[in-house]
Amino acid sequence: MILKTSPEVCGMGHSMKRKEDLRFIQGKGNYVDDIHLPGMVYGQLVRSPYAHARIKSVNTENAKKLPGVLAVITGEDLAKANLAWMPTLSYDKQMVLATGKVLFQSQEVAFVVAEDRYTAADASELVEVEYEELPVLVDPKKAMDPDAPVLREDREQKNNHIFHWEVGDRKATEDVFQKAPVKASVHAFFPRCHPAPLETCGCVADFNAATGKLTVYMTSQAPHAHRTVFALVGGIPEQNIRVISPDIGGGFGNKVPVYPGYVCAIVASLTLSVPVKWIETRSENLQSTGFARDYHMTAEIAADRDGKMQALRVKTLADHGAFNAAAQPTKFPAGLFSICTGSYDYSQAFCEVDGVYTNKAPGGIAYRCSFRVTEAAYLIERVVDVLALELKMDPAELRRRNFIPSSKFPYKSCLGWTYDSGNYEAAMKLALDKIGYAELRKEQAEKREKGELMGIGISSFTEIVGAGPAHTFDILGIKMFDSCEIRIHPTGKAIARMGTKSQGQGHETTYAQIVAQELGIPANDVTVEEGDTDTAPYGLGTYASRSTPTSGAATAIAARRIREKAKKIAAFLLECSENDLEWEPGKFYVKGAPSKAKTIQEIAFAAYTNMPPGMEPGLEAVDYYDPPNLTFPFGTYVCVVDIDNGTGEVKVRRFVAVDDCGNIINPMIVEGQIHGGLTEGLAIAFMQQIDYDESGNVQGGSFQDYLLPTAVETPHWETDKTCTPSPHHPFGAKGVGESPNVGSPAAFVNAVVDAVAHLGVKHIDMPIAPWKLWQILKEKGVAA
Amino acid sequence: MAKKQLVRVKVNGRDRQAEVEPRLLLIHFIREVLQLTGSHIGCDTSHCGACTVLLNGKPVKSCTMFAVQADEGEIITVEGLMQAGQLHPLQQGFKEEHGLQCGFCTPGMLMSCYALLKNNVKPSEEDIRWGISGNLCRCTGYQNIVRAVQFAANKMAEADKKPEMAEVAK
Repeated sequence: MILKTSPEVCGMGHSMKRKEDLRFIQGKGNYVDDIHLPGMVYGQLVRSPYAHARIKSVNTENAKKLPGVLAVITGEDLAKANLAWMPTLSYDKQMVLATGKVLFQSQEVAFVVAEDRYTAADASELVEVEYEELPVLVDPKKAMDPDAPVLREDREQKNNHIFHWEVGDRKATEDVFQKAPVKASVHAFFPRCHPAPLETCGCVADFNAATGKLTVYMTSQAPHAHRTVFALVGGIPEQNIRVISPDIGGGFGNKVPVYPGYVCAIVASLTLSVPVKWIETRSENLQSTGFARDYHMTAEIAADRDGKMQALRVKTLADHGAFNAAAQPTKFPAGLFSICTGSYDYSQAFCEVDGVYTNKAPGGIAYRCSFRVTEAAYLIERVVDVLALELKMDPAELRRRNFIPSSKFPYKSCLGWTYDSGNYEAAMKLALDKIGYAELRKEQAEKREKGELMGIGISSFTEIVGAGPAHTFDILGIKMFDSCEIRIHPTGKAIARMGTKSQGQGHETTYAQIVAQELGIPANDVTVEEGDTDTAPYGLGTYASRSTPTSGAATAIAARRIREKAKKIAAFLLECSENDLEWEPGKFYVKGAPSKAKTIQEIAFAAYTNMPPGMEPGLEAVDYYDPPNLTFPFGTYVCVVDIDNGTGEVKVRRFVAVDDCGNIINPMIVEGQIHGGLTEGLAIAFMQQIDYDESGNVQGGSFQDYLLPTAVETPHWETDKTCTPSPHHPFGAKGVGESPNVGSPAAFVNAVVDAVAHLGVKHIDMPIAPWKLWQILKEKGVAA
Repeated sequence: MAKKQLVRVKVNGRDRQAEVEPRLLLIHFIREVLQLTGSHIGCDTSHCGACTVLLNGKPVKSCTMFAVQADEGEIITVEGLMQAGQLHPLQQGFKEEHGLQCGFCTPGMLMSCYALLKNNVKPSEEDIRWGISGNLCRCTGYQNIVRAVQFAANKMAEADKKPEMAEVAK
C-alpha cells in the first residue's frame, strides 16, 4: 500500500487535475507547426506515384525557376554528401531521397524549399520525374517465392527475406502435438494500420552558421536518441545539436522513427543557413510514415479433453514494407511477440517469425504497443476461443482452467520471460461479475432461439512493458534505461527533468506527483520539463508504456537520494543524530518529539544558506534507472455485441475493462488512458486498415478511407481495476497506456465470432466492416 | 500569383485585416497571418475538425474555406473563449473532467461544443455525441469530453439563475 498524502501535497493516488491543461484549453499549446522563427522557409517533399519504378531522370529546372524557390534537393545531391541513405532503427537502411528506383508509393524523391508553403507546393508539382514501372509485390507470401522480383538491389542477399527468428523448443512442442487428443488452430491476419495521431509529423530545423549550432524542433517521442542519430549520420558534433520536442499532438509510436522529411529539412537548413519548416500533410503521414502490424499469423494449441492446454505453436509472416524500419530492440526482430503464450501456463511452446520486404511503406512501428505485444495478445486470445469452440466449453471456464496461478509468480514462461506478478483469475472474476456474465449467456441462448445475433467476447491479456533491462534491450546499441534529474530550489520548489517525452500522457502532472509522494513537496510546486536535449538527462523516450516503469522509477530514486541528503541537513539543524529522525511526507521530526521538526522547505533553504560544515551546497540528484525486469500489466475485458442482420453492423452494447497495472499514480489519468486505448482497439477491430491494391496503390491514404471512430461509433466504456503491484518497481507500478489497445481487439472480435459461432464461423479477420460481416451472414443464410 | 485581395474580419472582438492570395486557406490566415495558433490542422480534408472556428456564429472547418470567403465576417477562435480573465465553463469542464490528453483536438472540439451549447442548453449524451461527431479525438475516447460538456451545461444553467454570473458564463 502507498501512504496517501494530503490533497495539498497531492502525491500518488490522487486524481490531480492536469497541470498541462491550462495552456491547451486556451489554445496556448506550442506544437511544432506553431513555431515561427525569423526568416523561416518551408520544405515540401516530392513523392513517387508508383510503388515500384526505376527513376530515369529528375528534372528540377522548372521548379527552380519559380520565384520564391530557394532550393530543390534530389537523391543524387544527397548522394554526393553521402546522405542519400540513412540507418533505420532495425539495422537496415532507408533511402532519404530515392536514387535509382522507388520502392513504395509516396516514397520521397525530392525536397523543394521555398519562401512560403504555397510556393513550395507549387514548385513540387514542377519537379519532373521520369519513371519506368517495375513489377509490384504487395503479397508477402509471393515475396518469399524463389522467382519473385528482388526489391532491394542494394543488399548482398538477393531475395526479399529479411530475417527468420524463432524461440522455444520446436521438437518438444511437436512431440506434445503428436500425442495431444485435442487440437485447435486459427489463421489470423492482423491488418496493417497506422497510429494516425491527430498531429502529423514535422520539424523546424534551424542551423545557425555563426555558432555552428543546429536546433531541431521536432515531433519526437525520443529526442535524445534522435540527436545521437543525427550526430552519427550527419557527422555534426553532438554538442552542437539540440533537439527540442515541444508539445506533441499524440504519438502512439508514429513519432519514434527518424523520417526522411526531418533529414531533408536539416540538410536544407545546413545548406541555406535559414530555419526550414517541414510539416506532413495527413495523406503523407498515412502513406509514408511508420505503419504497424501487418502480421500473417497461425496459432495452434494442443490440449487434453478437459481443456488443459499443453503446447502452443505459432508461425508468422511479417510484412515490413520496402525498408525494415521497425522500431524495436536490437535482439528482437519480431519485438516481444514471444509473449504469445499470454496468461496461460504452457509446458511447451514454439514461435517463429519470418520478415519480408514488399512494395509498401516502411515500418513497422509499435502502435500503442510494446513491440508486437498487440499481435501476440490478439493471437492467443483468439485461438483460445477457437479451442473453446472445439471443446464446446465456455471460453471463461477454459481460461480459468489454464491461467498461470497467482501462487506461481514470479513465473518463468517456456518462451523465456519472467512475469513479475499477476492474479488473472481475480481480474476475470471481477469483469464477469460486473457485466453479469451468466445472465448474458442465458439471454444469448434465448435470442438464438429467435434468430437474433448477440455475442459475448472475453480477452484476458497479459502485457510486457517497460523495456530495458539494459543487459537485454537496446536500440541501435543504446541501452534502454531512462532518467530523471531533480533540483530543489532554495524556497523549496522544484524542477524535475526526464529522458522521456509526453505526447498527451500527462507527465507534467504524474511525475510531479511522484516527487510529491517521495518528498512531500506539493505537486503544484514541482515543474516537470522534458524534450529538450540541452537540458534534460539522456533517455530513450516514451513508447512501449515505458515512462512509468523507467523514468517514473528514476524519479522516485532521485527523490529518495535528495531525501537522504535532506536527512543529514535536518539532523544538523535539529542538533540530533540522523538515527533519531523520522520521516513523514514533507518533514523530518525527532522520534518521540514531533514538534521538533524541519520541513522539506526549511531544509531546502538551509541547503543553500546554512549547510552542515563540509557538506557541498545544493539539493539535487539524478538517476539513470536500469530496470531489473520488464513489468507485466494484465486484465480481462468483456464485450457484448448485437448484430444487425440486415446491414452487418455491429453495435457494442457494453464493454467492461478490468485492468491491473499495479500501483497507480493518478487514477483519473489512468482511466483516461484506458478510454483512449479502448477506442483505438475498437477502431482496429472494426474500421482502420491501410490496404493496397495489386499495383501498390494505398487504399487508406486519407481520413476519407482510413476510418477513425467519432463519438457516435464509440461506446460508453465501463472500467474497474485490481491491484497487483510489481515487486521490482520502486513504487510497484507497471505502466498502462497500451494495455487497452493490446487487450481489446480480441475482445471485440471474440464477441462478433461468438455471435455467429453457432452458424459454424470460427474466425473473422479485422477490420470487421459491416459489408464483410453481412457477406458472412448472407453465406450462412441469416442475412435479413 | 493571382492579385492579392483585402480580407477584413472581426476576430475575437478585434478588427483585423490583411491582403492575401485568394487561394489562402482560412486556417492559414488565422494561424499564420493573424498568428492565432490555437486552431490546428489535422487532416486537410475536413474530417478531423481540429481547425474548427466560429464564423458568424456557426462552426466551420477553416481548412476547407478560403480566407476571402470570410471577408466581412466575425470569427471566434479558441483564443476568444476566455472572457474578463475567466475561463469559459467549457474550458473549466475540459480540465475538471479530464476531457483532453494531447490537446491537439481540444481547440476545435471546444468550438464545436460552444456552438452545440448555444443551440441546446441541456443536451443529452446522444446530443453531445452527435454534436461533436465532426471532431476527431485520438486520445480520450470521447467519454470525458461528453462529461466536460455536461459540466459546462450545468455550470451555465446555474449561472443563468444568478444574474451576476451570467455575463461571465456567456
